[in-house]
Amino acid sequence: MTAGTQVTRRFGDRLLQSMALLVLALALASLAALLYDVLRDGVGRLNWAFLTSPPSSRAEQAGIYPALMGSLYVIATTAILAVPVGIGAAVYLEEYGRGGRIARIIEINIANLAGVPSIIYGLLGLGLFVRTLGFGRSVLAGAATLALLVLPVVILSTREALRTVPKSIREGSYALGATKWQTIWHQVLPGALPGILTGLILALSRAIGETAPLITLGALTFVPFAPDGIWSSFTVLPIQIFNWVSRPQAAFAENAAAGIIVLLVLLLTMNAVAIVVRDRYQRARH
Amino acid sequence: MANVRPIDPSVMGTRDTAARDPNAPLKIDVQKMNFYYGDKRALSEISIGIRQNLVTAFIGPSGCGKSTFLRTLNRMNDIIGGTRVEGQVHIDGQNIYAPGTDVVALRRKVGMVFQKSNPFPKSIFENIAYGLRINGMAKRRADLEQRVEESLRAAAIWDEVKDRLSESALALSGGQQQRLCIARALAIQPDILLMDEPASALDPIATQRIEELIYELKQSYTIVIVTHNMQQAARVSDHTAFFWLGSLVEFGPTDTIFTNPSEKLTEDYVTGRFG
Repeated sequence: MTAGTQVTRRFGDRLLQSMALLVLALALASLAALLYDVLRDGVGRLNWAFLTSPPSSRAEQAGIYPALMGSLYVIATTAILAVPVGIGAAVYLEEYGRGGRIARIIEINIANLAGVPSIIYGLLGLGLFVRTLGFGRSVLAGAATLALLVLPVVILSTREALRTVPKSIREGSYALGATKWQTIWHQVLPGALPGILTGLILALSRAIGETAPLITLGALTFVPFAPDGIWSSFTVLPIQIFNWVSRPQAAFAENAAAGIIVLLVLLLTMNAVAIVVRDRYQRARH
Repeated sequence: MANVRPIDPSVMGTRDTAARDPNAPLKIDVQKMNFYYGDKRALSEISIGIRQNLVTAFIGPSGCGKSTFLRTLNRMNDIIGGTRVEGQVHIDGQNIYAPGTDVVALRRKVGMVFQKSNPFPKSIFENIAYGLRINGMAKRRADLEQRVEESLRAAAIWDEVKDRLSESALALSGGQQQRLCIARALAIQPDILLMDEPASALDPIATQRIEELIYELKQSYTIVIVTHNMQQAARVSDHTAFFWLGSLVEFGPTDTIFTNPSEKLTEDYVTGRFG
């Protein structure tokens, strides 16, 4: 190899490296600009009263309490519905139905479902949960809709996590006279748990930011009280923010920015909890 | 290429009389077994009689089917899709491939240690306790603790781990992990112990400890060991079976196989001319 091609190759390497860095900087800069903008507008409105007051037609008295509680109710109910069903479905597909014709058809459909626009789920929720099953415009109807929405993500990420458990661990368990279910319950699921948790949090983070399906099924944009159960009517943070953004007054725009900060903090908290739980669990196993 | 023919069982019987314990009863009796991965035949016409409380070694070049054969003895191949077995494998007179065989009970009776040590990502104690718990073998905590200690002692690892039973098994050295896996297999009190190249990933000292352990264990267990290492086969085993291209070429007392084999192929292999 001549010195000339060496130099060219090294130059190409540097060029690519700096381009990658530039793209990364661009992405981070736009994120930072967005954050700065929201913080500048909203941080002044953030105080205890904002968190604990109901919405109001007077911007300076309006608070986010019902939407915050609504989001927490909906996301908790979504988790209760989606987690067992999603993990159960993934265990079936990965451990029992694998390679079968039915499992293959289900697999393809799940992959497709993960790509369906969320508003379609809203329409389904409206028809199925709100009307046919008579749930009304309740927390349960919203949570059931969001559970359907995130189910494909939960199933896919859980299957991925189950696949990371090495064959040698399964064989070790079978060789001790364990049944298939004992092997799954005592070895495979605990081994896959960190991955499953990560997938769950990602899925629920997606659900907590969803607006379209909940508006479609008729979550209210003005709710002066926090939900008191799964049959209660409700609103959620994104809808409240959307409501404030659409007002012409500048003061409401500040409320919207403050609401976005609350939603961001909620999301980051969920992610942080996931990371802490996962790390603690992984450390316990090594 | 040498002529490979199935071993005549009557010849096998006469060789057995030269074994160290000619009266040892047959523990595993395999008759004309064929094994298939999909359409591909991996084992053909295997017939072999493995005697109780002896160590039987399977030797042969990579891909000769010795590990596959070992895994048919506790039906571990069942968990791989698309495999099929023809012929009969009798353990204590029961055909383990008969319809309705309880595979879980079979695997309790026929323990296995794998090539790569595979401790569960749990504590040392829990690694041993797992098999006892799932098989309902220790109802009270005191029983459990006693069984765990006995198993670790039987696998000659108790002294090294007794003060750190609650630590992760993954923190142990490779040789310790493998002895832990042996202890785990012993805990559920099998009759037969299958060992699939148990020392191939270990250093000479750890290997020696495993070999000493095998020597101890054969008092109470029937041991079948797959090994790549011919010196190891010569050191630890009473009987040796030489596999080649999915067939059993020769089976007999280890001394005979290594010093006076009747097949040219066996001789070439044990003298290191190929493999």
